[in-house]
Amino acid sequence: MAEKRTKVKKNIYFRVGLGITLFFVVLMFVGLIYTPYDPNAMNSSEKFLAPCLSHPMGTDNFGRDIFSRVLKGISMTGLVAVSTVAIGGTIGTIIGALTGFYGGIVDEIVMRINDTLNGFPSILLALVIVSILGPGKYNVILALGILFIPSFARIVRSEYINYKNRDFVKSARLMGAGSLRIIFLHIFPNILPTLLVTITIGFNNAVLAEAGLSYLGIGIQPPDASLGSMLSDAQSYLFSAPWYAVMPGMTIVLFVLGFSLLSEGICSK
Amino acid sequence: MRIYMDYILEVRNLNVYYKSIGRSILSKPAKKQVLFDVSFDVRPGEILGIVGESGCGKSSLSKAILGMNKMYEGQIIHHSGKPQMIFQDPFSSLNPAWRIGRILEEPLILSGIRDKEERRKRVEDMLNKVGLDESYADRKPVALSGGQRQRVSIAAALIARPQLVIADEPLSALDVTIQSQIMDLMLELKRELGLTYLFVSHDIDVVYQMCDRIMVMKEGRIIELGDTLEMFANPKNEYTRSLIEG
Repeated sequence: MAEKRTKVKKNIYFRVGLGITLFFVVLMFVGLIYTPYDPNAMNSSEKFLAPCLSHPMGTDNFGRDIFSRVLKGISMTGLVAVSTVAIGGTIGTIIGALTGFYGGIVDEIVMRINDTLNGFPSILLALVIVSILGPGKYNVILALGILFIPSFARIVRSEYINYKNRDFVKSARLMGAGSLRIIFLHIFPNILPTLLVTITIGFNNAVLAEAGLSYLGIGIQPPDASLGSMLSDAQSYLFSAPWYAVMPGMTIVLFVLGFSLLSEGICSK
Repeated sequence: MRIYMDYILEVRNLNVYYKSIGRSILSKPAKKQVLFDVSFDVRPGEILGIVGESGCGKSSLSKAILGMNKMYEGQIIHHSGKPQMIFQDPFSSLNPAWRIGRILEEPLILSGIRDKEERRKRVEDMLNKVGLDESYADRKPVALSGGQRQRVSIAAALIARPQLVIADEPLSALDVTIQSQIMDLMLELKRELGLTYLFVSHDIDVVYQMCDRIMVMKEGRIIELGDTLEMFANPKNEYTRSLIEG
C-alpha cells in the first residue's frame, strides 16, 4: 500500500517535471523568434517601471522590457545548457564506455585525470578555463562542456564495468560480434535509463553553472541577456526595483525545479 | 547423408593457464596452470559429459575450446566450424535491453544473413522449435520465466546452426520440474538438428541420464573417460566411484 502511494507520488513528480520542462522548451523557442519588445532596446523615459499591463515583468535600469529579456535569457541559458550537456555527455559517454569496457592501464590513467578534474570546485575550474579562452557564450559552452565530461565518464564507466562480464556479452563475442558492436549496440541500450537521469541532472547543473558564471561577469556578455547576467545587473537595485531580480531569479528556480522533478520521476520509473 | 567424420573435436595435450591478478598494475602477472595435459576426442552426434567438482577445470576447458581463453599450449582442432555455448544462468545470458526477436536475430546478422525476411522466418521457426510461439519475439527477457529464458538462450545458441554445442551447467539454475523439460528439449533438438553436445555438469544424475560418454575431471586432469553405462557399472577409479555413490 505504502509502496503504491510513493509510486503514484513519484509519477506526479514525473508529470509535473515534464510539464514544467516542456513549458520552458516552448519558451526557449518563442524567445528565439519572438519577444514583445526588442530585448536590447533602451528607453530612458521608462526606467524601473513596476510590472504593469504593457510590461508584465516591469523594466530595468535602461528601460528595457524585463519580460522580453527573460524570454531571451531562457533561450540563451537553454542553448548553453543543451550544448554543454551535448558536449560533456557525448565525450564523457564515449570515454566512460571505452575505459570501462577495456579497463587496463589507459583506464587507470584517464580515471586519475578524471579524479583530478573532480577535485577542483567546478566553478573555479570554469573560471580558469574561461579566463584562458576569454568570456563569450561559445567559450562558456566549451568550458562547461569540458567540465561536464568527468561526471558522465564516471557514471557510464561504472555501468560498463557492471555489464561487460555478463554472459550476454560473452555470448555475443562467441557469435562473432566485435568490441565496438558490443559496446554500442549490445551494452549501450542497457545504460540508457541511467544516462537519461544523468542528462537531466546535467541540464540542471548547466543552468545553474551558466547563471553562476554570468553572475560573476565572465559568462554571457552584455548586451546579450541571460538569466544569470540579469541577476548580476539587478543586485544593485534589489531594494529600489526588486522585480528586476525576482523575475529572472524565479525563472531559474522554476527551470531547475522542472528538471529536478523530471529526473526524480525517471529515477523511480 | 552426412559425410563420415571420425571426430568433431580433437583436444591434444592441452595445458591451460590463467593470469593471476597481480598486486600492483606494474608487477608482471603470474601464470597459474589450471589444466594439465588434457587429451580427448568428441565424436559426431554424441553427448559427452564432463563431470567434476567446482574448480576441477571443466569451465576452463570449455572456455579454451570456445576460444575465450587463449592462454594455452597444445592443440584444439575443430572439424566442424565454430561451436556455440548454452550458458548456465539464463538471467545473465540474455540482453535485458533487447526483445527476444532481436536477441535471436543477432547470430544470424553476425553470420552474414542480409535478408531481413529470411531472418524473421528463421527466428519464428527457431522459437517454435524450442516450444515458444512467435509472439515471444516481441517480449523482453524480464517478461519470461527462468525456463522460458533458458529455452530462448538455447534457441540463440542453435539458430546459426552450429554442429558442436557446449552446455555449461544448463540446468543447474532451474527448478527441478523445469530441469527435465529442458533436458527433454535438448535431447529432442539434438535428434532433430544432428547436434553434438559437450555437457558440463557437477550433477552426476543428470549426466547419467543425458550422456553417451562421461569424462571425469579432478584438479585439472582427466581421471577417467568412458562409456556411461560401463562407467556406472564398473568405475575404474576411486574418485569416480565416490562421485557415483554420491
